[in-house]
Amino acid sequence: MSRAITPRRKAVNTALAWALGLLIFFPILWTVLTSFKTEATAIADPPVWFFFDWTTENYSVVQERSGYFRFFWNSVIISVGSTLLGLLIAIPAAWSMAFVPGKRTKDILMWMLSTKMLPAVGVLVPIYLIFRDTGLLDNVWGLVIVLTLINLPIIVWMLYTYFREIPGEILEAARMDGAGLRAEIVHVLTPMAVPGIASTMLLNIILAWNEAFWTLNLTAAKSAPLTAFIASYSSPEGLFYAKLSAASTMAIAPILIMGWFSQKQLVRGLTFGAVK
Amino acid sequence: MTTTMRALLGATALCAAGGIAAAQDKTTLTIATVNNGDMIRMQGMTDSFLEANPDIALEWVTLEENVLRQRVTTDIATGGGQYDVMTIGTYEVPIWAKQGWLVSLSDLPEEWDADDLLPAVAEGLTVDGELYAAPFYGESSMVMYRTDLMEEAGLEMPEEPTWEFIREAAAAMTDRDAEIYGICARGKAGWGENTAFLTAMANSFGAKWFDEDWNAQFDQQPWKDTLEFYVGMMNESGPPGASGNGFNENLALFQQGKCGMWIDATVAASFVTNPDDSVVADKVGFALAPDTGLGKRGNWLWAWSLGIPAGTDAEEAAKKFVAWATSKEYTEMVAEAEGWANVPPGTRTSLYENEEYAQVPFAEMTLRSIQSADPTNPTVDPVPYTGIQFVAIPEFQGIGTAVGQQFSAALAGTTSIDDALANAQALTVDEMEDAGYN
Repeated sequence: MSRAITPRRKAVNTALAWALGLLIFFPILWTVLTSFKTEATAIADPPVWFFFDWTTENYSVVQERSGYFRFFWNSVIISVGSTLLGLLIAIPAAWSMAFVPGKRTKDILMWMLSTKMLPAVGVLVPIYLIFRDTGLLDNVWGLVIVLTLINLPIIVWMLYTYFREIPGEILEAARMDGAGLRAEIVHVLTPMAVPGIASTMLLNIILAWNEAFWTLNLTAAKSAPLTAFIASYSSPEGLFYAKLSAASTMAIAPILIMGWFSQKQLVRGLTFGAVK
Repeated sequence: MTTTMRALLGATALCAAGGIAAAQDKTTLTIATVNNGDMIRMQGMTDSFLEANPDIALEWVTLEENVLRQRVTTDIATGGGQYDVMTIGTYEVPIWAKQGWLVSLSDLPEEWDADDLLPAVAEGLTVDGELYAAPFYGESSMVMYRTDLMEEAGLEMPEEPTWEFIREAAAAMTDRDAEIYGICARGKAGWGENTAFLTAMANSFGAKWFDEDWNAQFDQQPWKDTLEFYVGMMNESGPPGASGNGFNENLALFQQGKCGMWIDATVAASFVTNPDDSVVADKVGFALAPDTGLGKRGNWLWAWSLGIPAGTDAEEAAKKFVAWATSKEYTEMVAEAEGWANVPPGTRTSLYENEEYAQVPFAEMTLRSIQSADPTNPTVDPVPYTGIQFVAIPEFQGIGTAVGQQFSAALAGTTSIDDALANAQALTVDEMEDAGYN
């Protein structure tokens, strides 16, 4: 028996969904609007919404002072590099945990997740010393390694969840048809797990892009990504909200655009299982 | 391999070798700095330095103050060697110098003229007779007030006001219906926010953080007098939500014409008198920070300075840069390019003897505020520490912020003044015992 959805109920649901969506989107909208204001308009009380003299001056000032693309490329290398390296390690790990689990698989998974519970600052000094001694301070590849390790538990957990939903019978059938391990992973498992792998990849790129503890603490001039670019416009003494908003908009724009184009993939991967 | 291919590879190798050689010839200085107007301006004016020093290249790392503090502290404590020049405050210099983390700058060239530095500022950067950082700009705190509102209230601001006068004037200027609040002051918790303001204010009430045996003093009457006066005045005449207001929030309120008076850093004077950002730019007057007649004013002293971490492999080049950026010539260069109101203030006597600089409306009051601050003798009674709005010990950042949270809660009304002081006393005693002072 299906539940009837009245037009009124549909309208209310739609309105609620829009209201919730706008609420979540509001900080980004406000940041973008502020980036086109002067510093004086940015702090106006009551706030000015849409009717002000729009200016792109903040963007030109930020670009002139900081050179956006240097930070942008560092962000791309760090986020994409750490995600790919993470997937390279996590796919075989999650495969073995999902299809040939041992007695301690659950414990290992829980232990991996528990590493996320440690406050990052608690290991700052040891990591810093290791980086100093290995010459990885202010080096993008050092950050790729650190962010890979930080996000690895999440990647393994997400992939493990997707792989678990793939019926073992399908893999058994493939084996009975003579498929070896490699053929099983490449031709049977991977096509079925692509939505899951893709959404894991996208989510981790976003997490790595936004990571603002290690990327600030292990970089200086050469490998600083967009998080450092934003931090350079925050000031406890002086109002630079419009310029800070312009810098923030420039920093989040690439990831917003990527998220927009891949939202179907992302939502499907996060809400459906592998075989639904 | 064809001849053309070989020639191309050979040319590439030569170019690469040439490039490496050129890069090796240059010393690259990595400079860590805060994001404020004076520092950003310096980044745009380095052409003359680079022309005079073609063998030096500069790389900048600009960060928000608290991020920068955490970042450079980690680096210098672990000997990370990421920076050759660091922007550091008056709080860090004595602590870091005692740890042997900073290079002495007492051997900067004679023409740099160390004797020209304002004594109060130089004293805060000197340890055992050696200068460990070169001041880039200095600041104190003072009263900034609306001349029109003061006149409407039928009052006249003395050059040296008392706290009682400030409280009375604030009440007279307040018009809540018009959203005008007589007094704006820091309420946001943080060792560099409300704790700085209240520590400086407490000095003028005769309060102190520690007695000469490092015993916490929040259970003493002067602290109670200070906090009762502050909370009472802010409740009568302060803006709503004052417990969340730091420098920037109060700056925004003042620039929009919503504060009758604002007691804060002298560096704010250039912001509130800038007609591009402030609707009250032509109606601002200045006075010394208030007192209670006990001989100390409620103003602080701070200098953003350039220091060189011990262990840098570019010490000589770093010294050249520090000497250039903090020289009299640099000041003149900024004045020529952007006007005298934009030169970094508060570091050199010669600047205040300059007739053109004397025309800047806040110049004299800034100098008098700095001169009236004494970091080695900050409050009425003798104390074992240096620092006016802070205590120059490594534990202070943590204790100062925790105490600031108690004071902020008292202002917000979520705790009583007595409880806030009792909590401040208890947590300070605990921390100091753990640190081995008692």
